[in-house]
Amino acid sequence: MTTTKITARRSAPASAPRAGANVPSRKHWGYTALAILFLAVMLFPVYWMVNASLQPNGTTLETSWIPLTPDFTGYATAISEQAGNLGTSLIISLGSVVLSLAIAAPAAYALAYFKVRGAGVVLFAILISQMIPGIVVANALYTAYNDLGLLNSIPGLILADSAHGIPFAILIIRAFMNGMPASVIEAARVDGAGHIRAFCSIVIPLSRNSLITAGLFTFLFAWSDFLFALTLTTTEAVRPVTLGIFQYIGAYVSDWSSVMATAVLASIPAIVLLVAAQKYIAAGTTGGAVK
Amino acid sequence: MSLTTDASRTASRAGKSGSGKTGSGNSRAGKAPAGVTLAPRRGTRARRERIFQWLFLVPAVIYMALFFGYPVVKNLVMSFQDYTTATFFTGEAPWVGLANYVTVLSSSLFSTSLLNTALFTLGSILGQFVIGLALAVFFQRKFPLNGILRSLLLLPWLLPLIVSSAVWRWILDKDSGALNRFLGELGVIHTGVPWLTSTSLALIAVVGVNIWIGIPFNLTILYGGLQEIPDELYEAGSLDGATGWKAFRHITWPMLRPVVSVVLVLGVVYTLKVLDIILGLTNGGPANSTQTIATQSYELSFHEFKFGEGAALGNVLVIISLVFAVLYLRASRRAVDE
Repeated sequence: MTTTKITARRSAPASAPRAGANVPSRKHWGYTALAILFLAVMLFPVYWMVNASLQPNGTTLETSWIPLTPDFTGYATAISEQAGNLGTSLIISLGSVVLSLAIAAPAAYALAYFKVRGAGVVLFAILISQMIPGIVVANALYTAYNDLGLLNSIPGLILADSAHGIPFAILIIRAFMNGMPASVIEAARVDGAGHIRAFCSIVIPLSRNSLITAGLFTFLFAWSDFLFALTLTTTEAVRPVTLGIFQYIGAYVSDWSSVMATAVLASIPAIVLLVAAQKYIAAGTTGGAVK
Repeated sequence: MSLTTDASRTASRAGKSGSGKTGSGNSRAGKAPAGVTLAPRRGTRARRERIFQWLFLVPAVIYMALFFGYPVVKNLVMSFQDYTTATFFTGEAPWVGLANYVTVLSSSLFSTSLLNTALFTLGSILGQFVIGLALAVFFQRKFPLNGILRSLLLLPWLLPLIVSSAVWRWILDKDSGALNRFLGELGVIHTGVPWLTSTSLALIAVVGVNIWIGIPFNLTILYGGLQEIPDELYEAGSLDGATGWKAFRHITWPMLRPVVSVVLVLGVVYTLKVLDIILGLTNGGPANSTQTIATQSYELSFHEFKFGEGAALGNVLVIISLVFAVLYLRASRRAVDE
């Protein structure tokens, strides 16, 4: 509800004929300049990460402010040392997306469309789950995983990382399905489609956008996970890239350019999502938090 | 087997205390036409239908019980046990009553961690909120590229926390970090400031980094809240001479209150459990000057392998979070009502 209202209002100024965007006065461009200044300050660390990643190896003393002569040895080191970890992160994140959507989409449907008894309890549990510190979950999971042989395993991390995504995905998809026309589903049911048929052929295609939003965020949550990677692995067998970076900065760092190159590579999903999937990200940030 | 019963018990307890919230949820669901109306011709069919509908929810309920319900219960049990590395070999975790809590709470480190947690949370929230609100008010103005610039500001929030920690480690480096070089070139400082390695500065630096990470979240939510305030109010207000600061004080702030309470309480709950940033920046050091309850709990469980004590400290954190959870539920219900 909030999401749609906000997006509707946001697009309004652009189309309104008297809006400043269409008749840019000097004052308006002054605000733009100020906003760019804010952005520059806020994004300086990101610039600095890219800049430092392009510096020659070993020269930690004087990093130049601008990479006039970009040097890619940092990336060569990063890829040779971290390619496997990046792959591990990718597999875990994709696995977590599949698992989270497979669990969250039907649940969101049941919560939004059916009058399931106990729906309120489930929603309340989801809210409360956000208050539970990750270290508490990790502490208990470590002992359970140890007994089940799930430590140092990709399925173990996929399952644990989905804890970041599933509650969020349920809330986002449910919010969307609340606004879905019930008549369409009822029509399909009257035509004799079973629950599963109606869900797969009507509900899923209709809620595509919310599924994409939920999927993107689930990916990002799993990709960024550090706590479970840190606590649920004990050997180098399965090592996500976040842990690889932590290992780098855990000791005295002499070669910052390859650390920063790894950091850049680990930031790619976030940057790609921000640029390519703008509207989904906007929907996710406003939708998830207020609800 | 015992896992599931324990988990369901927590769920039902949660349901009881949340009955107010449940009621408001049902009334909204009641308006939506539900598939149930199609089915109930005969009693058995209706029951079958209801079971079928429940099946859609079952995987999520099982997952939540295993990955949130079980850890909370297990953590509670472990906190009363002498649970150490030996337990993994012998399978024995002797019952020790409140001993873990006594050890943890009476340790000299606890007061340090508690104070650091309070300072870290308060400082982070205050900085994120004030800057986020200022930026949100600024972006209310209409100017070219507003939307693009605002969405690019989200980047710090989307980056993996450990990436941000690594980058800031390098920026705050004493000898060749960008911040010290910048301040040096301005002539503000002459020797490198040990941002992360001095016991008096490390906590401030960690708070600063966390503020940087939290600004986009605060900006986005508060911006959404500001957009909801009808323009007519400002137009009416300006007739009565309420412009600028007066308009903010008498129109914006009262109207924004529900959103503000949600942002603040969510912020507190999320900040209390922060672990990644501190581990990445300082690892709790130097000399425990950035040790919080969360990092201390991690330290006890995964470095000293005193899982019982780590669990006890984790539970202390849960209790603190729960206090704010209650505040959150009251705040969000007020936001729904208004």
